Order: sequence, then structure tokens, then C-alpha cells
Amino acid sequence: MITVKLFAYFREKRGKVLYLDEKIFHTPNDVCKELNIDPEQVGILLINGFHAKFDVPLKNGDLVSLFPPVAGG
Amino acid sequence: MNTTYNYNVLRVNLTDKSWQTESFGHEEANRFIGGRGLATKWLYDAGCAKADPLSPENLLIFANGPLTGTNSPTGGRYMVITKQPLNNMIGSANSGGTWGARLKYAGYDAIIFEGKADSPIRLFIEDDHVELIDASDIWGMKSTECNDKLQEMYGSKSNSLYIGPAGEQLSLLACIMNDTDRAAGRGGVGAVMGSKNLKAITVKASNTIVNAYDKEAMKVAFQEAMAKIRANPVTSEGLPGLGTAILINVINGIGALPTKNWQKSYFEDAEKISGEELAENYLVRKGHCHRCPIGCGRVIKRNDKEIGGPEYEPLWAYGSNCNVNDLAAVNEANFQCNEYGLDAIGAPATIAAAMELVQRDLIKEDEFEGLPALVWGSSEAIVEWTKAMGEGKVELAKKMAQGSANLCESYDAAQYSMSSKRMELPAYDARAIQGIGLNYATSNRGGCHVRGYTISPEVLGLPEQADRTETEGKAALVKIFQDLTAVIDSLGLCLFTSFALGAPEYTALYNAATGSNLSVEELLEAGDRIFNLERLFNKDAGMVQSDDSLPTRLIEEPVSNGPSKGMLSKLDEMLPAYYAERGWVDGFPTEETLQRLGIA
Repeated sequence: MITVKLFAYFREKRGKVLYLDEKIFHTPNDVCKELNIDPEQVGILLINGFHAKFDVPLKNGDLVSLFPPVAGG
Repeated sequence: MNTTYNYNVLRVNLTDKSWQTESFGHEEANRFIGGRGLATKWLYDAGCAKADPLSPENLLIFANGPLTGTNSPTGGRYMVITKQPLNNMIGSANSGGTWGARLKYAGYDAIIFEGKADSPIRLFIEDDHVELIDASDIWGMKSTECNDKLQEMYGSKSNSLYIGPAGEQLSLLACIMNDTDRAAGRGGVGAVMGSKNLKAITVKASNTIVNAYDKEAMKVAFQEAMAKIRANPVTSEGLPGLGTAILINVINGIGALPTKNWQKSYFEDAEKISGEELAENYLVRKGHCHRCPIGCGRVIKRNDKEIGGPEYEPLWAYGSNCNVNDLAAVNEANFQCNEYGLDAIGAPATIAAAMELVQRDLIKEDEFEGLPALVWGSSEAIVEWTKAMGEGKVELAKKMAQGSANLCESYDAAQYSMSSKRMELPAYDARAIQGIGLNYATSNRGGCHVRGYTISPEVLGLPEQADRTETEGKAALVKIFQDLTAVIDSLGLCLFTSFALGAPEYTALYNAATGSNLSVEELLEAGDRIFNLERLFNKDAGMVQSDDSLPTRLIEEPVSNGPSKGMLSKLDEMLPAYYAERGWVDGFPTEETLQRLGIA
């Protein structure tokens, strides 16, 4: 099982946290497809707190965090 | 030459209550751009590096850039340049709002204050009319009351800046406030103003426009810059829609959100103080500074009155850093911080340091004098101790108002001040993000993120992703970010434009506005020149190489929880490469470097 955390407006109609089966959703690309989020619209993708690419294989226990493009100071 | 410089500086002597206007040359302006750069040159040339910062000998300079007041996106910013009392180094504070643009419209690029008034005084400017007025009636007023009073006197088309009670009492955490909730913060610039008995500066202007040297080129440069800002997802959607507060969850997500005075780096309750929570339960609308197409400000309600809400930094500093998960309390503490004119990073970071001193049984309960106990997670403590620091009426609060370094040293526990060059570090754990640690350590004014915001590449992936855990390449990255920031601050624009714009866009705007013909490289070299001049100022002021440092906790105590657990800052690996990149030896520019930059 993987945990997917969504932030900012990605939460709209999707919720804050989802749990998905890594045997079905192999990569963040698959996760995005399931959630109807275009990877191009993702500002920051983290796997277990580290920046990652969308084609990285996911494994049991992973935490995937998706943020839209954001900034601050 | 008709450019966006007025070539006009108002010099006010507060001791004998006289004033005069002075000019400056186009070539000098070109070399130091304006704002931060040009005013630092004036301060350096005046020999203020040797002055006691709170003495009449120190100058207090308010300076616009050549793009302040123009139609350039975010063209409304001004700088406060002085020798700052927090660490006796270069004071260099930036603020938005509308005050800076109004000063430009009144016909001035800068105001230089010298001397000291013998009683509270304020300055009123309306075009050529300059007046020093007794300020005993507004002395003691907090920000909102002071701003409202001055607006009542001079009308809605005036803008004022002022100090709050913290500046009057010479708190080393005192800011200079303008337009109610905008702050030229950090370093104690408000104490310099207070030391001169100067309460406020109000500006009115008949003019509302500044014409560029080449109007057609300016139009093109403006349109190109705006197109980039509109096309960039961060400046068109991220910052306007979500504000800076959204970073709470991002930075916590990578395990770099300092918690309990940096004893932890991941806050379990981050969601409760997050930008998402702020938007859902408190946000009324977004807020803009002058000519800002971005609008990162968050306007919230307090007792049915709209106020400026907290940015990311105070959300962190009052929130996770004090282990507080109560957003209502953070909002109130941030409001009080602005009301008293305190640094919204330094003040709460000092409260966090005090909480650690209590944790370690160094501050004793009897020192609270009836105020809420300074214990982790106390909503009451962050609000009441902010007010007490602003009021300066309780002995411990007086100590805290002098910053975390002074506070911790007074308990023989300097290691609990999470500061660099005595300035409290901002909201990004340097153990988890290597480049920002190098920037904190080498920043000329002290531990500051907005001297070289490498969070952009290291966390946000802008313009492209850099590995936050790596040290390689960070020296060059920090240098280019510091130089470009010096340019942006000197132009009179907001640093947030840099999420969408680069040096070519800034160069085009600058050349069109001023009739200059600088190349992109020459503009960046001006940034390098400004940064080096600040370093020379610090050298004359007594800075030593070992001041380029981070707290021991970041070098020796690994991150204790969260995704970045086990990490340490590797400052020692990066610092030599950084000095080499800058052309410095032992922390200071060589003769060769100074000659290359033309400041020998």
C-alpha cells in the first residue's frame, strides 16, 4: 500500500490523503492518472520527503506527496 | 537627462532641524543601480562602518530604486540602509506597500537622515515642501493607530512609514513599518530610527507617474515581463492563489521545518498552521503591494476588521518553532508583532529560544512576572510575550527584545540562539537544504533567506531542480542568487518577480527606464559589486571570517526526526569554494577582486 498526500487545490474533490495499491499503481505517473492530475501541473513531487521523477517505481509503504507550483519567502 | 531617477536626495539633519537636497551622477547610479546598492555606497563613503549604530553619527537612509514608482511589475519597493544595531553590520531592509513609490512621485530617490532630534519628531513631505513636526502626540502609538492618525491628517493619498513602540524603546528586533502591515524588518533598523527620535515620515505627491527614458522600449520590456509573470504558474497561480503560507506543508514534507527552536525538523501538527488551513478558515482576500500583479498577501479578519495575515515566516516562527498548533493564536501574535513594530522572524524566534532556556531550566519561573509560562505549545505565551517585548515593561521581555543572541548569552547559553551573525535564522533547516545554509552563513546582514533564496532551485524546482542534500555546485548557485538579489533590491522590485523573470528581463527594464546600456553581465556585475561593498563595510565594522558561520546545532546535531533525519549542514565543505567563487580570501575580497569590480 502507498499513501498519497495532496496539497492546496489538488485536494478539491479528491481529499487530503488516499491509499493506493502499489501493485496497481506502479509509478507516480499512474497515481496522477488515477487522480486526473496532469503531471505537467505538478510543481513538486516528493516520495518519502525527497524530490522524485514521475516514472520512479513505487514500493509498499511509500509516501507520495503532490503539490501544485508554489513558492514563498 | 529625463530618466526614472530623480537625481534628487533629501538630506535631513535632525540635530539642527535643517535639510537640503543633493544630486548624484548617472554614472555612479549605473555602477550601484539605486536602492540597496547606491545607499550602501553613500553609507560606506560616509564612514558609518565605524559609527555606533544608535548614535547621531550613524546615517539612516531610505532609498528607492530606478524602477520604484514606474509601471514595472512590483515597482513600489524601497530599502532602509544603515548600520544595524543587532550585529553592528550593514543594515539592509526591504519593504513593499506604496510608501516608496509615493516618495519617488514627490521627486526624491532617497532621504538621508543624520544626527538626532532632541525630542520626538516626524517628517512631512509634499513635493518641494519639507517640514519637521513635533511628534509627541503620536509617540507611543502602535502601527494601526499611527497609520490611521497620519492618514486622517493628510488624506488617503498620503503614505506613511513609522516605528512602533519597539523602535521607540530601541529594541534590536524593531522594524520600520509602512502602510500598516508592511515592514522593513530585521537587524533593528527601527531602533536606529528610534535612536534619532524620528517617529514617522509622511509623503504626499502631486505627481503619480514616472516617465521612462525610452517609453517605447519600456513598453516592450514591461509587456515581455508581464507575459512571463502571467505564463509562470508560480506567479500567476501559486503565489496569488495560495500565498507564501502554502510552504508550511512543502517544507515540512521534506523534513526541513524547524520545530522547537530547531530541536526537530518535522512538525506533526503542520497541517493545523498550514496555508491550506489559513485559506479555509481565515482568508478574506489576497493583498497587493503597489503595482504588483502577483498579490501574495493574505488579508484576514480580526474582530470584523481586515488585517494583513501571516506570511510563511511568522507562521513557522510562532507555529512549529514554538511548538504551537493554534492558528488563531499565531494570527494574533503576528498581528501584535506588526502593531508593536517587531521583526516577525526575530521576535518569535527569540520566544522559541526563551522556551528552550526554560526547558533547560535556565530561565526560572519567577522571571515570568505574571505573564504566561514560556513553555512549548503555549498559545497564550506567544501572544503575551510578543506584546511584552514590544512594551518592554517586564525585565525578561526587555532582554528578549534585544534578540536571541543577547538573551542566550545572558544565560551563558549562546548555543541556543539559532542565529548567524546574531540574526535569527528563517524557516528552512540548513541541515536538510545545503545551499541555503551557505547563504545564511555568508549573508552580509546576517542569517537571512532573502539575500540568496536558493530554496527556489533546491526545493521548489525553479528554474530547475537542484539536489538539496548535495554540496557540489552550491557555491556558484549561492553567489548568483545573492548577486541577482542585490540587483532586484537595488532596482526597487520585489524578489518574487524572480520566480518568472531573469537577468535579461531586469536588464531590459533598467535600460529602458534609465537610458543606460548595460549588458546582462554588467547588471549582474553590479550585483556582485554591491555584495562586495557590503562585505567591505562589514570588514570596516569589525567583522571577522569566523562570523560566516552557522549555529553549532546545525553542524553537530543531526536532524532528529522526519524525512531528513540524520542530516547535518556541511558548511565547511562549501565555504572555501564559495570564497573562491567570489574572489575572496579568508572571507574578504582581494585587491584583485576589488579592482575588477572598480571599488578598490
